[in-house]
Amino acid sequence: MIIQALAFYAFAFVAIAAGVMVVASRNPVHSVLFLILAFFNASGLFVLIGAEFIAMILIVVYVGAVAVLFLFVVMMLDINFVELRQGFMDYLPVGALIGFILLAELAFVVGAWVVSDDASLVKAASAPVAAEISNTRALGMILYTRYVYLFQAAGVILLIAMIGAIVLTLRSREGVKRQRIADQVARNREETVEIVKVQSGEGV
Amino acid sequence: MNMFLNDYVLPTAIIVAQILAIVVPLLVSVAYLTYFERKVIASMQLRKGPNVVGPFGLLQPLADGAKLFVKETILPAGSNKLLFIMAPMLIFVLSLIAWAVIPFGDGLVLADINVGLLYFFAISSLGVYGVIMAGWASNSKYAFLGALRSAAQMVSYEVSIGFVVITVVLCAGSLNLSDIVEAQRTVWFAIPLLPMFVIFFISALAETNRAPFDLPEGESELVAGYFVEYSSMTFALFFLGEYANMILMSAMTVVLFMGGWLPIFDIAPFNWIPGPIWFFAKISFVLFCFLWVRATFPRYRYDQLMRLGWKVFLPLSLLWVAVTAGVLVSFGWLPNQVAG
Repeated sequence: MIIQALAFYAFAFVAIAAGVMVVASRNPVHSVLFLILAFFNASGLFVLIGAEFIAMILIVVYVGAVAVLFLFVVMMLDINFVELRQGFMDYLPVGALIGFILLAELAFVVGAWVVSDDASLVKAASAPVAAEISNTRALGMILYTRYVYLFQAAGVILLIAMIGAIVLTLRSREGVKRQRIADQVARNREETVEIVKVQSGEGV
Repeated sequence: MNMFLNDYVLPTAIIVAQILAIVVPLLVSVAYLTYFERKVIASMQLRKGPNVVGPFGLLQPLADGAKLFVKETILPAGSNKLLFIMAPMLIFVLSLIAWAVIPFGDGLVLADINVGLLYFFAISSLGVYGVIMAGWASNSKYAFLGALRSAAQMVSYEVSIGFVVITVVLCAGSLNLSDIVEAQRTVWFAIPLLPMFVIFFISALAETNRAPFDLPEGESELVAGYFVEYSSMTFALFFLGEYANMILMSAMTVVLFMGGWLPIFDIAPFNWIPGPIWFFAKISFVLFCFLWVRATFPRYRYDQLMRLGWKVFLPLSLLWVAVTAGVLVSFGWLPNQVAG
């Protein structure tokens, strides 16, 4: 058990340190890389509590897809680092307020988990299956039965968000030449090649 | 003290020995894959290939390695030193750690975890960071363009690989790679899922930045793409990582579609041969196909590459997921069905 405890403290410490560095590092590219490190350690923590499916999905989705796009955008930005640092004190109260709200909400969640009257019910509802079932299957069994409507609703919201993003950025430009593979494949000799008998000295 | 030895030291020593038993042969295979590649492509182009160093040129990979080792490591003045050195290490490490879940034979696997397939998928989706970091830290236009191309390409083909993997998981009913191989005892998934097999193979080519999708390295336009500024061992690590990734993707093709360590037919002369040998034979065949493709096809144009990924493979694999799920449910062929 001591190894698990050591691993927990290592993951937790590095996750928090990386989180601090995301905010504190001067170079935005370094910030994104520290964010990735934080994701990694969070996923390590998931593995430690036996939620290996969520751990892997966290890496595939956040590190493999979301953070790549972050990195893409941040690298392409032309940033003046000195300018970026200015106004730090102006934004500090807003940032502190948001941080406080998040902390308070987290406290409510933990409170409901530990001290509320239905605490035992909440715990029971979230851990319905025996330990011998792999947690991928356990997740599937609860997600597609008890929470199927919420799951579908989340899917629909994501779909709408995706369509919205496409609609917002889509603009049709005039005069853009596009390749039409089907047309190219459908071409035949008769409509593209013409054999002309040319009299010498006269041209076509 | 004795308990400490039994509880901690001994298991650690066993795991280290197992890791070495995978990594050392893997690195030797990587070295000889380069030799194999040069010989195969030479034969296809009616040349002889390397034949000077050692008998049949067999020592050529060692000579190449020694040459890279003694060269000077150059750090460009404008580069971001830390990331510049970390990038090749990251690529190399990622190409090795995915091997932890690959089953070489019945029970011959370092970590037989429940979510082996997801682990592989997670690791392979990280490879793009090594490339982006290398391109960005080099502070060079060619390297940066190569890195951007590579990132876009790897992310695009990852999506279709994901759907292909989902169809396989639907048919096998498990994310564990050993279970997936065992599920192919009656028929290899390459036969019922033939279109997915082809898509997976082509996506694997794109994912490993191999010809005809080697745009990130396009030597005729980007010099060498994202690793243009690298020399010596840092360059060698990219090279080793790329070839180890090729072997890894071949191994995954074999595990997902070609029955892993299972013999072709489960009858007398075939099932005398032990599982790992079948596994290596199948990997060698897929690797040969990788090289065959390289010697045969010209490079894709970049917009065509993106079109193939997003407009052809993505809808096709999505459709096939729906078809597979529909067929499995309607014929009652779903594996590992949960009662009720």
